[in-house]
Amino acid sequence: MTTFRQAKLARRLTMGAVLALGLATSLPALTSPARADEQFFPLQSYRVGPYAAGGTGFFGGFIDYLNLVNIRDGGVNGVKLTWDEGETQYEVERGVEVYERLKSRPGVAAWNPLSVGIAYAMIDRISKDKVPLITINHGRTDSTDGRVFPYVFPLLLNPYSETSGIVNYIAAREGGPEKLKGKKLVVLYHGSPYGKETIPIYKLLADKYGFELEQIEVPHPGNEQQSQWLSIRRAKADYVVLRGWGVMNPVALKTAQKVGFPVDHIIGNVWSNSEEDVIPAGDAAKGYVAITTQASGAEYPVLQEVIKTVYGAGKGNLDDKKRIGSVYHNLGIVNGILNVEAVRIAQEKFGKRTLTGDEVRWGFEHLQLDPARVEALGAKGLFHSINVTWDNHEGNGRVTFQQWDGAKWKVVSDWISPDWAALRPIIEKSSTAYAQEHGIKIRTSGDDPVGQ
Amino acid sequence: MTVITETASAPARSTWLTANVAGLVLLLLLGYGLVPLIGSDYLMDAVLTPFLALALAAVGLNVLTGYAGQVSLGSAAFLAVGAYAAYNLNLRLPGLPLLANLVLAGGIAAAVGIVFGLPSLRLRGFYLAVSTLAAQFFVQWALTKFGWFSNDNASGVIDAPVIRIGSLTFSSATGRYVFSLTTVAIATALTARLLASQTGRNFIAVRDHEVAAKVIGVPLLRTKLLAFGVSSFLIGVAGVLWAFAYLRTVEPAGFNLDRSFQILFIIIIGGLASLRGAFIGAAFIVVFPLLLSRLGAAVLGSLFDSGVLEMSQRIVIGALIIAFLIAEPRGLVALIDRAVAATRRFRSTRS
Repeated sequence: MTTFRQAKLARRLTMGAVLALGLATSLPALTSPARADEQFFPLQSYRVGPYAAGGTGFFGGFIDYLNLVNIRDGGVNGVKLTWDEGETQYEVERGVEVYERLKSRPGVAAWNPLSVGIAYAMIDRISKDKVPLITINHGRTDSTDGRVFPYVFPLLLNPYSETSGIVNYIAAREGGPEKLKGKKLVVLYHGSPYGKETIPIYKLLADKYGFELEQIEVPHPGNEQQSQWLSIRRAKADYVVLRGWGVMNPVALKTAQKVGFPVDHIIGNVWSNSEEDVIPAGDAAKGYVAITTQASGAEYPVLQEVIKTVYGAGKGNLDDKKRIGSVYHNLGIVNGILNVEAVRIAQEKFGKRTLTGDEVRWGFEHLQLDPARVEALGAKGLFHSINVTWDNHEGNGRVTFQQWDGAKWKVVSDWISPDWAALRPIIEKSSTAYAQEHGIKIRTSGDDPVGQ
Repeated sequence: MTVITETASAPARSTWLTANVAGLVLLLLLGYGLVPLIGSDYLMDAVLTPFLALALAAVGLNVLTGYAGQVSLGSAAFLAVGAYAAYNLNLRLPGLPLLANLVLAGGIAAAVGIVFGLPSLRLRGFYLAVSTLAAQFFVQWALTKFGWFSNDNASGVIDAPVIRIGSLTFSSATGRYVFSLTTVAIATALTARLLASQTGRNFIAVRDHEVAAKVIGVPLLRTKLLAFGVSSFLIGVAGVLWAFAYLRTVEPAGFNLDRSFQILFIIIIGGLASLRGAFIGAAFIVVFPLLLSRLGAAVLGSLFDSGVLEMSQRIVIGALIIAFLIAEPRGLVALIDRAVAATRRFRSTRS
C-alpha cells in the first residue's frame, strides 16, 4: 500500500515538476538580443475553430509573401523578415494573450490580427507601445482618421467604404441611385463586433437613397439560419447583403436556396467572398455576387513567383496547394505586399536596418503605391492601388465585384471607387468624439509628434 | 443535488490553522512582494490577472454550487452584468469613485442573480441548471439588443476606462495586477468569513438535505436567495476585473455559454465546496493551457504549425482532466490534501 502511495506521490511530483518547468520557461520574457537586421511580424493567427478557413488562407498568404521576399531578395534591403504565430481561435482573450506574449520581441513591425474584436482590444495597447495595427479590409471604421488614431490602419477598404461600394453596385444594377427608392434591402450580419460595425452607415444610406432597410443578426458562428431567412422572405426583400464570416456564409446560401430566394440578388461583402464560402454551398452558390478588393486566381506574376520560389523550395504555408490564388490567400499576399512596402518606404527615410514600430508607422503613412508600382511588384490586376496619408489611413482602395460561376470567380465590374467624400464627415464625427472621450490631441499635420 | 456529502474537514481545523495561516501569508507575500518585483508584464497582464478574475468568479460559483448545492450555468451572464454595470456607472455617474462603482456593479449583478435564483425555490438539480441557462441567454440578448448598454457603440464593444482610485492610477501591468489581487484577496476573505458563520452552515444544510434543513429551522427561501445574491455579487465583481483590469474592452460575445462552462469546470476540477479549490482549478484551466502552449511552441514549434499544436494541447488537457477526476473525483484540492497527508505519514514513519 505504501509503495502504491509512493508511486502516486512520485507521479504527482512529476506533474508538479512539469508545471514548474513550464512556469520557468514562461517567466523570463523572451528577450533574445536584437539581431541587427531582422524585422519581426507577430501573427495572431487562427488555424482551428469556425473561422479556420479565413485564418489559414490569409496567414498562409501573408507568410508565403514574407518567405518570397526572404528567399528571392534576402529580405527587405538585407533586413530579414521573421514571424511567429500564436493561435487565437478568433477569441479576444486569446488574442490579447498572444499580444502580451509577443510584444516584447525585438523589432516588431506591425500587428495583423484579422479580427475586429481583437483589434478593438489592442487599440489602447498598441497606441501605448507605438506599433502599427493593420486591419486590412475590416476594423474600426473611424480609425481611418489618422489624426486621432495614428497607429491604426484599416488598409484598402474600411467597413463604410465597403457599404458604400455595395449600395452603389446595387444602384447601378437597378439603373441609377434614384431607382433605389422604395426598394427593400436586408442586411444579414454576423453577430460580432465585425458584423455590427456597419449598422449605422446602412441606416444613413437608407435615409439618403430612400430604400427600405432591415438588418438581421445571425448569432456567432451562424450554422442555423432558418428563422432569419424566413423573415427575409416575409419582408419581400429585393436584395440581401450578406455580411457573413466563416461557416455562416455557405449556410446562408444554402438556406436561401431552401426558402427560394434568388441567389443573384444576394450580395456578399468582403468577408463573404471566398472560395471557402461558396464551394461548400454547392449549387446554391451559382450566380452569387460578392465585393472584393483583390482578384482571385494565380495568374498574377507575384503568385507565379510564390509558386515557383516558395512552394518550389518546399516552404509554402498552405497544405492544400489548390488554395493557392484563392481569395483569402490572395488577400494574405496583398497584405504581405502592403506590410513589406511600408517597411521599405520607412527604410528609405530611417535607414536600412531594423526599424522601430513608430518608424514603420511612418512608412504606412506614406504607403503610396500607384498602379505602375503595383505592376512592378507583379500584382497588376490583383489589386488596384493604395494611397495612404497621415490623415487617411484607409488609402482609398478600389473595389470590384465578382460572380461565382460554379467553378471560379468571374469579375463582373470595373474597379469602382466608393463614395469617400460623403463618408469622411461621418468618420470624422465619430473619431473626434472618440478623441474627446479619451483625451487624445488631434494631430494637425503628418509631422506632429504622436502619442497620447 | 448532493454532490458532496462530507463537510469541510472540521476536526482537523485546529491543528491545521497555523499551517494554513502561514501558507496564506507566504502566498500573499509572494503575490505582493515577489511577483511585481521580478514578474514580467506578460506574466502579470496575460496570466495572473485573468487567473485572479476567473478564480474570483469560481469562488462565487462555489458559494452557490459547492456550498449551497444549487447548480448554475449562468455565471458568464453575471460576469457580463458586472462588467457592463461598472462601465455604465462609470460613464453615467462621472463623479463616482471606482471602489463604490465596483461594489455597486457587484450589487447590480447580485440583484439580477436573485431574480434568476427564484426558480431554485421550485426546481432542483438539472432542472435548475437549465433554468439558469435563461440568465445566460437573456443577458447576452439584452446587451446585444439594447444599444444603451454599450453607449450606442456601433460594434457593441466598450472600452474600459483606466483604473483610478483617488489620485492613484493603476495603468501599468503591475498596477492592474495589484488592484486585482487586492480585490480578490478582500472578496475571498469576506467570503471565507461568511461561510464560517451560521449563514455558511445554512448553505451546507440546504445542500446536504433540504427537507432536514427546513425541519431544523433553516429558512430555505432566504438561504437560497442569499446564496444566489452572494454568488452573483462575487461573479459580478470578477466581471469588473475581467473587463477593466484584464481585457480593457468588452463585447457581449465574450460572455457566452463557453465561459459559464469554463467556470463550472474550474470548480469541479478544483474541488467543490472549497475556496482553495477555486484557485487551484482556475490555475489549471487558465494558466496550464498557456504554459502547455508555450512549452509546445518552444519544443515542437518548428515542426508543426500552430493549428496542429493547438489541437494536440486540447487532447492533452482533456486527457489530464479525465485522469485527475479518476484519481480524485473531489477535485485537485482533495488530491493535494492526500498528497500532503501522504508525505507527512511518509516522514513520520521514517523518523
